Amino acid sequence: MTHLPVLPVLVPMVAAILLLAVHSAGAAVLRGVGLAAVALLAAVAVLLLAATAQGAVAVVAIGAWPPPFGIVLVADRLSATMVAVTAAVAVPALLAATDGTDLQGRHFHPFFQMQLAGLNGAFLTGDLFNLFVFFEVLLIASYALLAHGAGAARVRAGLHYVVLNLAASLVFLVGLALLYGALGTLNLADVAGRLAALPLEEAAPARAGLALIAGVFAFKAALLPLGFWLPHAYPAAAAPVAALFAVLTKVGIYALLRLSSVALADDAPAAAGLVAPWLMPAAIGTVVAATLGVLAAPSLGAIAAHLLLLSTGMLAAGVAEGSAPMLAAVLYYLPHTTLVSAGLFLLAGHIAATRGEEARDRIRRGPRLPRPGLVGGAYLALAVAVTGLPPLSGFLGKVMLLAAAPATPAGYAMWASFLLSGFVAALALARAASVLFWERSEPRAAVGRAAPPRLGLALAVAVGFVPLLVLGAAPLSAHARATAEQVAARRPYLEAVLPRDLPPAARERRP
Amino acid sequence: MELLVSAGIGVLVAAGTWLLLRERSFSVVLGLTLLSYAANLMIFASGRLAADAPPLVLGEAERLADPLPQALVLTAIVISFGTTAFLVALALRASAETGGDHVDGGEGER
Repeated sequence: MTHLPVLPVLVPMVAAILLLAVHSAGAAVLRGVGLAAVALLAAVAVLLLAATAQGAVAVVAIGAWPPPFGIVLVADRLSATMVAVTAAVAVPALLAATDGTDLQGRHFHPFFQMQLAGLNGAFLTGDLFNLFVFFEVLLIASYALLAHGAGAARVRAGLHYVVLNLAASLVFLVGLALLYGALGTLNLADVAGRLAALPLEEAAPARAGLALIAGVFAFKAALLPLGFWLPHAYPAAAAPVAALFAVLTKVGIYALLRLSSVALADDAPAAAGLVAPWLMPAAIGTVVAATLGVLAAPSLGAIAAHLLLLSTGMLAAGVAEGSAPMLAAVLYYLPHTTLVSAGLFLLAGHIAATRGEEARDRIRRGPRLPRPGLVGGAYLALAVAVTGLPPLSGFLGKVMLLAAAPATPAGYAMWASFLLSGFVAALALARAASVLFWERSEPRAAVGRAAPPRLGLALAVAVGFVPLLVLGAAPLSAHARATAEQVAARRPYLEAVLPRDLPPAARERRP
Repeated sequence: MELLVSAGIGVLVAAGTWLLLRERSFSVVLGLTLLSYAANLMIFASGRLAADAPPLVLGEAERLADPLPQALVLTAIVISFGTTAFLVALALRASAETGGDHVDGGEGER
């Protein structure tokens, strides 16, 4: 199927249009269409993984406009992995949302599908301006999803989130304008080629543009000086929305990885030292700040948000280091941390739903949890996985990251911050569990409400990924290694997008 | 013309940044609007400024304008218009829910 890379964008987009058309048909129809679309998306993601598993890079020129003039969608192992992770998070998130969250406001389902379309488009596009467009698609959907269900806290967090993201989008646009003015192209592979040919003394506008764009990606990933919006926004969102948002920061990580591996490789003097020198300190700083945040967080949702921030920092440190073994570790750790973070957000929503409006998921006394064994088991599994204790996947991922860390000051900083953050996270999660599960409010016999059944089912699906990630560690890490090699090799991507026999019409210098 | 356009962009960015840092959500919306004008002008200028140069050739033309930034700027205008409209709606709802148009909700700290 030559048009396979279009489907991850097309399926949710068509579903969103369909959902808008039938928006008055009743909850059952909307949920059915939404879940069917997500299931179809998961099937497409599996097909895409299979199609790219042997190292093929599938390129689709939209409207048959040849690159670099038209927009291309490019699916290699990295893009396919990201699409698969998105689908894997979308299934439990949407399942959890069908338990009433989707009825708290209007048009939840179309926004959810548009969010997926934007995410998949951002993972697949090979054009920087198109990346901006898909960023906006996923952001507009995320604005609406974040504010879904109202409440003063949610609206306030939503306002900050929207204003900051709009400002970031404008910086992105300015960066794109500088880059286009300097190079005359926004196709990523073409940018790489022209950057390599650009003499250093003429490179200042292009460098400024690329630096602005990389800064915007760091903002999306919520790295240290630009990440203070995340701990406010995510815990305020409804649990299924927060679970889906676990993928959102990974867009920033993915975009940084793609930009630095394709366009900013070493052989272009104009691109030297644009990202790596500041990305490593920012990443380590994010890990440290998020560790402190985990200790100070007042609710389980806030703990989950800071743990998400923590894992993003670790991934960014890996991207900044950039060697092939390190990228393999990053690409093994990324699916793990995304799925486990989504599970933690769902768990926080589950506990909040059972403990009532008074206590919710705040770390203080509340009524006894119904079925504490099952919820506690889920908590234990997710906590062990997220803190990186053996025997679950977080431990394997951390071992891979630390084993790939070089013997340099940056590598020592990674060792120290990763190990300390794991210890502190375990401490905070243990303290939170002892309060949430054991400390009862008066009267001591009061039992919380039963959780909505499908939220429990969604939680079970999310927790079900944890043993899968351990049992499938060998094929997963082999795939991560192959992906990292493809990313580091860089040639397959460039040659798939811009074949060598392209007519040289596009190659002349601009005035 | 280059001086005029670049000075215009500079003034728009300066005014937009100042408004963006104000505490009332209305000023923030205005600031973002001015910043988006600046970004759009910047994209437009990235195709080089030229007068009397058609972007598409139907017959004979001596010089040509780069059509791509014009397409890009149209996309950017539509997107920033849409997101600004959403932001206005959200700010209105925030002021309805929190009883003030301070960006932190309510009347803010005195």
